[in-house]
Amino acid sequence: MRFNLFKKRYAMAVDTRKCVGCSACVIACKEENGLPLNDFRSWVAAETRGTFPNLAMEIRSERCEQCSDAPCVTNCPTGASFYAEGGVVVVDRDLCTGCKACIAACPYEARYIHPDGYADKCTFCLHRTAKGLQPACAATCPTQSLTFGDVNEPASDIARLLRTRQWKQIHTEAGTKPNLYFLT
Amino acid sequence: MAFTRRDFIRIGAVAGGVTAASGLTTNWWDLQAHTIPDPKTDGDRVVPTFCEMCFWKCGVLAHVKNGRVTKIVGNPAHPLSKGRLCPRGEAGIGMLYDPDRLKTPLIRRGKRGAQVFEPVSWSAALDETAKRMDAIRTKYGPEAFALFFHGWGASWFTRLMQAYGTPNLAEPAYAQCMGPREGAFALTFGQGLGSPESIDIENARCITLIGSHLGENMHNTQVQEMATAIGRGAQLVVVDPRFSVAASKAKYWLPIKPGTDTALLLAWMNVIIAEKRYDADYIGKYATGFEQLAKHVADKTPEWAYPITGIKPDAIRDSARLIAASRPASLIHPGRHTTWYGDDTQRLRAVAILSALLGSWGRRGGYILPSAMELPQYPAKKPEKQTHPAADRPQPNLYPLSEDALTCGLRDAAMIRQQVTTGKPPTPDASNIRNQAAAGTAPYPVKGWMVYATDLMQSLPAPKQTEKAIQQLDFIVSVDILPSEIVGWSDIVLPESTYLERFDNVWAPAYKEPFIALRQPVVEPMYESKPGWWIARELASRLGLGDYFQWKDPLEVVRWRVEAAGQSFTKLRLQGVVTGQRLPVAEEEGLALSFDTPSKKIELVSGTLASAGFDPLPNYTPHTQPPDGMFRLLFGRAPSHTFGRTTNNRLAASVFAENELWINTVAAKSLSGFEDKPLKSGQSIVLENQDGVRSTPIKAKVTERIRGDCVYMVHGWGHASKGLTFAKGRGASDSELVTKFETDPIMGGTGMNVNFVRVLRAEA
Repeated sequence: MRFNLFKKRYAMAVDTRKCVGCSACVIACKEENGLPLNDFRSWVAAETRGTFPNLAMEIRSERCEQCSDAPCVTNCPTGASFYAEGGVVVVDRDLCTGCKACIAACPYEARYIHPDGYADKCTFCLHRTAKGLQPACAATCPTQSLTFGDVNEPASDIARLLRTRQWKQIHTEAGTKPNLYFLT
Repeated sequence: MAFTRRDFIRIGAVAGGVTAASGLTTNWWDLQAHTIPDPKTDGDRVVPTFCEMCFWKCGVLAHVKNGRVTKIVGNPAHPLSKGRLCPRGEAGIGMLYDPDRLKTPLIRRGKRGAQVFEPVSWSAALDETAKRMDAIRTKYGPEAFALFFHGWGASWFTRLMQAYGTPNLAEPAYAQCMGPREGAFALTFGQGLGSPESIDIENARCITLIGSHLGENMHNTQVQEMATAIGRGAQLVVVDPRFSVAASKAKYWLPIKPGTDTALLLAWMNVIIAEKRYDADYIGKYATGFEQLAKHVADKTPEWAYPITGIKPDAIRDSARLIAASRPASLIHPGRHTTWYGDDTQRLRAVAILSALLGSWGRRGGYILPSAMELPQYPAKKPEKQTHPAADRPQPNLYPLSEDALTCGLRDAAMIRQQVTTGKPPTPDASNIRNQAAAGTAPYPVKGWMVYATDLMQSLPAPKQTEKAIQQLDFIVSVDILPSEIVGWSDIVLPESTYLERFDNVWAPAYKEPFIALRQPVVEPMYESKPGWWIARELASRLGLGDYFQWKDPLEVVRWRVEAAGQSFTKLRLQGVVTGQRLPVAEEEGLALSFDTPSKKIELVSGTLASAGFDPLPNYTPHTQPPDGMFRLLFGRAPSHTFGRTTNNRLAASVFAENELWINTVAAKSLSGFEDKPLKSGQSIVLENQDGVRSTPIKAKVTERIRGDCVYMVHGWGHASKGLTFAKGRGASDSELVTKFETDPIMGGTGMNVNFVRVLRAEA
C-alpha cells in the first residue's frame, strides 16, 4: 500500500542559468493561493561571490523543498503535517494548532504562521497538479526556469533534466532528502 | 483501520521519534484522511484583456470571483505573454484595489502644488475643464494647449487634442527614452524598431547588452526569449558598470566606465574590420560608406579604447571575436531607455553600424522585419492635419531629426510670456542648447496642460523646472489613477478607471506573429472613476468637438475595426487576441531586404547627418567625470516595478518595497564623513548632487556589483505625494537629483546620466 502511494515523487528543478530573479513566481503563488499580503510560500535568493570585477552570482527561485525525510512532519505533534501525493508535504489546517514546532524544525525556513493560526507552506499547488496543471509558479515563470514533475517517471521533463544537466541541492547537511534541484 | 482520528494523533506524536529513525512516519498511513487545501481562486468568470502595468501590453486572463479579481495570469493564446506574466502583470490587482486610488473628480482649493482639493461631481469637473480649455483656445489659440501622455489609453486624448487643434502632443517615451534609438536606426536602415522591438532574441547565438539590464527591466517577451536563447546555448556579452543579472549570465562582462560606450563600439568595429570578421557579402550588397567607415575606425584600436573605457584590449578583442563569430545571429541589443549623455543618437548609430557589419539586420537572430495586421480606422471625422509649428523648440530647424514633439521644449514654452518674433536662429550645437530652461527658448507660450498617465515630476529631468513651468500656466488638468506628484500640481483631477475596468482601442502592432489584441473591462469601474474614452468624449462634446467622437461606446469602434479587418469580433472577445498569418521576417525566410534611406542602402556613413551639420560617422566624445568624492548617478529598473507607477502597489511592493543606493564596497570604505564608522548595507544615507539638491533618505546597498566611480538606484521612488500613503517616504527619487541634462542636438533627447552625487549621513 505505502509503496503504491509513493511511487510518485514530485520535485521541482530550478534552472539557475535562466532564472533572472524577477519574482513572478512569488506573486503568482500569492495570488493562486490567496496568501496574505506580507506572507510568502516562495522567494528569490541571490548569492554573489568574488570581488569586483571577478564576480559570480547565482539566482534561485526557492520554496519548500518537500523533503522526503521532512523534520516538519516528524516534529509535528498533532499530525497536521503529512505527506500527500508525490511525497508533497502538506499541512492539515484543521489539525494544526500553530505551535511552530515545524517552523523550528525546518532548515529551509519554508513555513510561516498564517494569520488564521495555522502553519502554511508551499503545496506544489497539488490542487492544480491534480487537474493536470503546473504549479502556479512554474506556469507563470517567464524564463521557464521551473520544471515540476515526477522524478520517478523516467520520461518526465524533470527526470530528463536531472539526467542531462548538472544540479545541486542546498542545505543537504540537514539530511532531509530535499526535492528541489538547482540546475547549474 | 480501527483508529479514530484522536487515537491517531496521539500515536503519531508518540511514535514520531521511532519512525523518523526508519525514514518513515506513521503519518503516511493517514493519507486518505487529510484533505488537500484548495484555495479556490479560480474565477467564476475569466476575462481576456491586455495589460497596462507597463508599456509591453501582454495578453492576460483575469479571474473574477464574486465580482472581485482574484488573480491575473498570462493568456496562452497571446504572442507577447505566451501564457506567462512578469510580476507587474500579476500585480495588476494591486493597482485595481489600491486604497489610495483617485475616487472622485477633484478641484484644487489651495495653492498649486499644495495638494489641497475638493471632491466635485463629474459634471462640475468636466464643465470647468472645458471652460478653461475653451478660454485658452479663444484667448491664445489652440496651439497654446499641450498634452503630455503615456500608455495605450492615451489614444482618446491625443484624438481630443488633435481635434482641439494643437500640434503640442508629447510623450516622455520619446525624448526621455526611446527617441535616440529610433532616430539612429532610421538614419542607418531607413526605419526604427518600434515597440515591441523588432528583434529576434530567441534565435540569437550571441546577445550583446549595452547598458540594458534585461531581466531587471522585465519586458516579458524579451526576457522569455533571452532565457530560451540561453537554454539553447547562446552567449551573452554584457557592457554595464554594474554586475547586472544579465551580466551574471554572460560570457563577457565588461564593467565599462560610464559614458564611454561609443569608444568600445568603435574599437569592436576596428577589430571586426581589421580581422576581416565582418559580413563582406552583405556589406557589399546592401551598404554604402564602408571604406569611409574602415578609415574612420582604423585608429580606434582596443589599445586606444582601453584608457577611455577601462576595458582591457584583450577583453575587447575576445568579445569582438565572439560577437563576430556568431553573426548574423549576433544581436547587439538596441536598448530602450537610451537617453544617457546627450550624444545618444550617435552612440546608437554605432550600435546600428556594428549590426550592419555583422549582417544581422533582416536576419534570423538579429533585427527582423515584421508587419502588422491590417486594422482600418473607424470612419469618424478626422482631425485636420496640423500646420502650426510645435512650441517645443525655438526654431523649427533645431533638433532637425526629431520625429516627435519634445516634452522639455513644451515645458520651456510654459515659461515664456510672449511670442518671440525675431532673433538669430540658434545653431544646432550642443554647447548652445545645453542649458535649456532659460525664458525665451520657445517660439510662443503654452498656457494650458493636460497630463495623461505620466507623472511628469518623475518622467522629466529637472523637476523644479517643471514646477516653475506649472506656476506659469493658466490651467493644468490631469487624468490619472493614483495621486501621483503631477496630480498634486493640477487644477483639476479626473480619476480614470484602470485598464481592468475599461475598454480601449484595439492594438495591432508589427510583430513576428502578427495579432490584434483587445482591451476590455474585467470588472465595473470602482468608485466614481471613468474610462478614458468617456472622459475624452465628454470633454469633446463640451468643446464643440463631438463630431470627432461620433460613436456610442468604444465597443462600436472596436467591433467596426475588427470586422473591417475581416476578423471575428466574437472570437476576439472570447480569446482576447486573434493572430494573423506569420509572414517572412528575415532574409532566411525569403524576405527581400530594402532600405528606406536616401541612398536606398544601409547608410554606414549618413549623408542626412552630414547635411544637417552632424558627424556622418559616430565619434567618441568625452564626458565630464565626477570630481573627487562624488559619484555618477545611474538609475534603472526593478522587475517588479514600472517607474513610479507601481511603487504604491502593495502587491508589487511585497517583493520590492523601496529602492536602495548601490555603492561599491571599496568606495564605501573611503567615504568622507564616514571615517569613524564605515557605511554598511541597510544604513540610511542622503545624496547631494552637484547643484546642492538633496535626496530623501535611502538605504545603502554596499556591494561588489558596481564600479567605484558611480552609484545606482532603481527609478521611481522618493514620492512626496501625501496621497500615496504606501510609497510616500520610501527610498529616494533619482529624478529629483537629475537637475542637469544634456540635450541631444540631433533629436532633442535629454541625456540624464550626467549628474554627480556625494553620499552623506542621513540626519537623525
